[in-house]
Formats: sequence, C-alpha cells, structure tokens
Amino acid sequence: MALLDVTNLSIHFGGVKAVQDVSFSIDAGIVYAVIGPNGAGKTTLFNLITGVYKPTHGEIRLDGESIGGKSPDELARRGVARTFQNLQICMNMSAIENVMVGAHLRLDRNLLKAALRFPSITRRDAELRAEALELMRFVGLDKFADSRADAMPYGALKRLEIARALAMKPRLIFLDEPAAGLNPKETIEVDELVRKVADSGITVVLVEHDMKMVMNLSDRILVLDYGKKLAEGTGEEVRRNPDVIAAYLGGHA
Amino acid sequence: MLAQFLQFLFSGITVGATYALAALGFTLIYNASNVINFAQGEFIMLGGMLAVFFAQAGLPLPAALFLAILVPAVVGVLIEKLAIEPVKGAETVTLIIITIGASLVIRGLVQVFLGKGTHSLPAFSGDTPIEILGATLMPQSLWVLGVTAVVVVALWYFFNRTLGGKAMLATSFNRTAAELVGINTNGVLFLSFAMSAALGAIGGILITPITLTSYDVGIMLGLKGFVAAVLGGLGNGLGAVVGGLLVGILESMGAGYLSSAYKDAIPFVLILFILFFMPRGLFGARVTDRV
Amino acid sequence: MQKRAYFGLYIVIAVLAILPFVLPNSFYVDLAIRMAINAIIVLGLNLLIGFAGQISLGHAGFLGIGAYASAVLPTHFGWHPVVAMLAGAVATGLLAAIVARPIFKLKGNYLAMATLGLGIIINIALRNEATYTGGPDGMPVPVFELFGISLSSDKDWYWVVAAVLVFSVWASLNLIDSPFGRALRALHGSEVASKVVGVDVVRYKVAIFVMSAVFASLMGSVTAHYVGFVTPNLADFFHSIELMTMVVIGGMASVYGSLIGAVLLTALPQALATFEGWETVVFGVILMVCMIFLPKGLVPTLAAKFGKGE
Repeated sequence: MALLDVTNLSIHFGGVKAVQDVSFSIDAGIVYAVIGPNGAGKTTLFNLITGVYKPTHGEIRLDGESIGGKSPDELARRGVARTFQNLQICMNMSAIENVMVGAHLRLDRNLLKAALRFPSITRRDAELRAEALELMRFVGLDKFADSRADAMPYGALKRLEIARALAMKPRLIFLDEPAAGLNPKETIEVDELVRKVADSGITVVLVEHDMKMVMNLSDRILVLDYGKKLAEGTGEEVRRNPDVIAAYLGGHA
Repeated sequence: MLAQFLQFLFSGITVGATYALAALGFTLIYNASNVINFAQGEFIMLGGMLAVFFAQAGLPLPAALFLAILVPAVVGVLIEKLAIEPVKGAETVTLIIITIGASLVIRGLVQVFLGKGTHSLPAFSGDTPIEILGATLMPQSLWVLGVTAVVVVALWYFFNRTLGGKAMLATSFNRTAAELVGINTNGVLFLSFAMSAALGAIGGILITPITLTSYDVGIMLGLKGFVAAVLGGLGNGLGAVVGGLLVGILESMGAGYLSSAYKDAIPFVLILFILFFMPRGLFGARVTDRV
Repeated sequence: MQKRAYFGLYIVIAVLAILPFVLPNSFYVDLAIRMAINAIIVLGLNLLIGFAGQISLGHAGFLGIGAYASAVLPTHFGWHPVVAMLAGAVATGLLAAIVARPIFKLKGNYLAMATLGLGIIINIALRNEATYTGGPDGMPVPVFELFGISLSSDKDWYWVVAAVLVFSVWASLNLIDSPFGRALRALHGSEVASKVVGVDVVRYKVAIFVMSAVFASLMGSVTAHYVGFVTPNLADFFHSIELMTMVVIGGMASVYGSLIGAVLLTALPQALATFEGWETVVFGVILMVCMIFLPKGLVPTLAAKFGKGE
C-alpha cells in the first residue's frame, strides 16, 4: 500500500478551480516531485494535503487513514511536515528556537510546569537545544546557531525551514520550492541536502522549478497544468510525454 | 402597543442614522489604510460642540454648521498627516493606541476651551411633533434621516461614478496595484480622513438638538459606530449603514422593552453574539489566507 | 540569552529590597505599591499582547470582576476575603475561557472589537447593579486578613506585592523560554508555520488569555483590599487602554519592558497633575509621540541601540 493516496482531489475558490480531480499515490521512501507552470496549482495541492485548505471534493489517505479536511496540527501528529514557498520563519525568535519549535509535539507543553521551571522541563529543553544544533549542522547552518532569525540571509532561512520541519521527525516532508531565489551554488547545496533527507528514510515530496534538480532527485514526477493532472511517471516517462512537452517542457528540455 | 413600538422604532432609526454615519467613517478609513480610527467618536462630539460654539458666537446657523463640519475635517487631515502617515504598516496595537491618543487630545482640548458643560442646539425646523399612528416624530428626526440618506446617495455616487471614488476603492482592494497604475494613495488616505471626520461631524450636529452634547459623548458614540461597522462586515459601506440602523433600532427596542439601564450594553452584547456565530459580520467577505 | 535575562531579576529584587528604606514618605510607598500591582497585571497582559501577538481591549473588565468579588462577597455574604478573591479569579477564568474560544478564531480588529465589548458589558453591569456594587459611586472593601493577621499598613502591603512581583517576573521569564512559551511566540511569528509543526493555535491563545485574565482578576482583588474602596472606573474602557499602553510603551514581548511601562504610566498622572486641566491633552500627546517614534517600546528600542538583546 502506498504511503499517501490522493483520489479525485479538487478545490474551488469561488469560480476558480485551482485543483481539479487530481489523483496520484506516493510510495514510502521515494522522492516525488510536483512540477508545472506558475499557477498550475502546485502550492494549492500542498496546502490541501497539509491541511491548510479543506478540499471541495476528493479523498486523501495517509497509510490508509482518510486525512482530507484534518487540521494542520492533526496532520503534524501523523508525521506530516512541510516548508513554505514564501518563507514562514518566526522572525521574533532566534534561529535555533525556530528549529526547537519544530519539536513541539514531542515535548511537555504544560503551562504550570513551565512557569515554575520544573527540572524535567529545563532538562528536556537542554537536550532539545543540542538536538536542534545537530539539525542545524545537518542542514549546514551551524554558524548561525546563536543568530536571530531576522538577521539571517534568505538562503539560510530556506534551510532553516527544512531544519524546523526535520525537528518534527516526520515520515513525510513537503518541500515547496526549496531552491527558489537561490544562486546556483546554494541550489546545489539544497540539492545535496534533499538527497541526504531522503537517504535518512523520510519520504520527500517536492515542488520545484529547477528542472535539473527535479530530474536529478526525483523517483517519480507529477505534472500539473491549470489545476489538472497532465502526466505522471518517472523522469524519463514525463520527459517523453508529448502533452508535457507541448505544455511545459517544450522550451527548455 | 403599536404606538409604543413605533415610538421606539423612530428613536432607534434616528440614533441609528448617527451610528451609520460614524460606521461609514470607520469604513472609509479602514478601507484606505486598515486603521481602526478610535478617534472617530470625537469627530461626532466635535461637530456638535463646535456647532453650539459657533452659533453662540453669533454666526448665522448655516455658517456655524459649515464651520462645524470643516474644522473636524481639518483635524482629521492633521491626524492623518502627523500621526498615521509616519507609521504606515505598523502593528494593529500601535495604530489603535495612536488613534486613542488622538482622541484624548481632541477631547482634552474641547474640555479646556469649551468646558465640561452639557449643551444643546435649537432644532432646525421647530419642535412641533408630528403624530403618526399615536407615536410622535420630532421634525429634527426627519432632518437626521434626510441628511443621512442624501449623504449615503452622494457617497454611492462618488464611489461608483467618479474617478476619485474609484481610486479610493482600488486602493482599498490592493494598495500596491493602485500605486502601480498611478493612483496617489497618500492622497486617498488624506481624503478618507477628511471625509470620515466630516461624516462624523455631520452626524454629531444633526443629533445634538435631540440628545444634547458635551465634551465626553464621543467615546460611546464612536464605539457604537465601530460596533455598527463590524456588524455590517468591516470595510463594507452598505453594511455600515445597515449595521448602524440595526444597532440604533435594537438599542432603542432593548431599552424600551427590556431594561433602560442596560441600554449602552445592548450594542456590545449584540456584537459579541454576531462575532461568535458570524465571525465576518453580516456582509463581510470570506477571506482565504495565502501561504 | 537566558542567563542575561535572569540577571535582570536580581536587579529587580535589589531595587525592591532597597526601595522602602530610601522612599521619603508614605506617598511614595503608595505610588510604588500601585506601580508594582500594575506591573504584575502588565506582565500577564504582555504575554498575551507582546509574546502571543493578540489584542485585548477589555482587560480592565477582568480586573473589575476580581475587585468587586473582594468587595461584594465579604460585605454582603460574609465570605472570607481569601475565598472571595479565589472565587473572583475562578469566575474570571471561567468567563474568559467561555468567551475565548469563539473570540480567538477572530483576528486583529475583530478581536479588538470582541474584547472591547466584553469589557464594556462588565463595566456597565458593575455600574447598574447598585444594590450590591454601590453603582457609579462604588463601595468600601473590608480589610484583608489571613490566619488572624490583617494587612493594613502600607509597608505590609509593599512586601506582599513586591514578593508577588518578583515571582511574576521569574515565572514570565521561565514561561517564555519553555515549550509552551516558544509555541506562543511562534504563533505570533507565523501562525501557519506554528500550525504545521503541530501547535493547536486556538488552544494556546485561549490558555494565555485565561491566564492573563486571572492575573488581572487577582490583582483587582489586591487593589480593592489595598485601597479599601472600589469604583466602576477600575473596570472602564480607559483603564483597559491604560494597561495596554503600559505594555506597548515599555515594550512588546519584553518582560522588563512591562515593568518600565507600568512604572512610567503609573507615575504619569502624578507628573501631569501640574498641568491643571491639560492632563488629558498631554497624556494623549505622549501616547502618540511614543508610538510614532518608539513603536517597539522603550526597552527593546534601547536594547537594540546599545547592542544587547534582552
């Protein structure tokens, strides 16, 4: 059975059908890419699967359990993590605190214990700080360990989002354009990072415009156009698909 | 029975028209700047108090009324220029405190220069009540309703038929896009404060012969105008008018049939219920957050 | 960051310990007590406004419930002051919890409207139920006593309030640097990001709203017993604004800013008394000028200027 099963998924905003009747499934352990021109509905698809939007029609199953319409925090409990195309970093916190927030569900969140500084809370927080530091090293941000988030460059913030998502210890991670706005050197670094994430056993779903990165990383690719599924398959299959060539890759493949 | 009901309805609609004008003022500024102007109530007070002051100073009534609208409009523009424009894009809390600061300054100045007394203005066309099915309607109520209706129609015309009005609408939908097509959005902000203040002042002048005025009436009137604006769905002009009339009528009915001591609480109980069950007000648009 | 933050706590303790020995007369002791009471309320309110990024324009209403619980219940029903104080806190907590869930689905200006409405309704009720509350004129409050010891002198009150203040500062510092506190700050920084890492956003907003309301209620009780008299002005819109202003002028999301804000705004009316009749104008001007030129508040602005974060 596939890890994620999406059947006939649709969402309408007023008259706009942003995602229409899209079906696909993702096996555990692979890197799955979603591509398509701007406005094809890629981010909307992410928002639907991660609970930010509620679908108008269709079904989403995670490990066989229906999760369509569940709230983001319920999905987080089931091991679904994500990053955002336009950064969603908490600029009022330090870099490492942003990563620590990712571990939210694995901590004792009791208000009273926290206010009275129970030793169990501070001990766990000290461990978590070390864990978060390790994650920052993993994504290549160790030199920003003591930084404020609002003092970090754009490229670093993109990777900080990935570190925060990893702090959730997710099964499934959605990366929404992790290389957007990065220079070629940074893009290669993110490429390597996504590979490392996948190698650690986390299933990766990726929206990306950088075709080299997509072809290099992905086991399977879903092509969207005007909210509809245009093609799905391995990189080779998608590359040869005449519809895809006509609609999208024609220019630069 | 019917006479009593009509009596409550008349007084409700009359006060409601003032709330509607205040709510329109909130809406204009909110649309132009996303600011909730907590000084809106002070424009209402200022209109009434200045009309009394200028009339007592011996000016003919039309001139006194004109000045009582003009001065608050200038004050509105000053607030915008000195306090709102410099902090564009600040947090909601900051903006709320700034406008509350402005309201204190206005109220304080009126208290210093015009005193703490309660004042009245003679009704515009006499005090002979009109009998309708056993209820009485004061001629001043007709003035309130008539002028409000004229103002609403004029605003409708302005927003739908003139370039200036369309520029203001465009700015409220998307400020950046409006700037890109060459709309002077600072000018829009300027105009919206002037118009809001003038609307408030008109309401204040019209209602003074009925409810009297003093330096401290602005707070409650303003807050009820805010209730009306939220009730109608913040940012919706028609909603503001309906919201204002509704708040006025329900307040008057509640005071008449339930408890006059709790008259001032009625709009706030109403708005809590509305927000609990219809979080966008009666006519507010549904908004989807983009991420 | 933590060590530096807790260092400030020692300064607060030192200042509070020395203060009663250097204050020239009882007028200043009284002022210090009122500053400390406000500081405690503002610490709670800052968790809600500054750290969690929510608005409350009705906190004086909660303060009023606490104050009147301590006035009405012992006077008319013979309750012990401690029981009355706790009853006020529990009632406030319940009321806040019941209204908070629907309220915190709202954002920004709608939230401002809802909290404002709640505060005004409480104030109007206190004014109107004259049989119990004495109406607009207010009512006297019996002396606070516990185990046969009654708190009556200003010095006694000073030490009690100072101890509560130190505890509140310590608890606030603990809270913001904990899993709960990080979730609270995260939902301010990015609500959607905090949701996708599993923060049940509404629950956290409700929790901190209820907590700050209970704080306000308890301090309302303390105010009532200390002053010995309550009036509905304690619970009016203007007082809510005053409390919110203390948060913003001291500095949003700054524990020590809360203290500074409370100290300055409590002292301000005394300072303004010399302006005879112009107090309101001057107060308004100060609010506007502070917000225009120091929108982040005093402590964070100064901290940034001298290059050390709190």
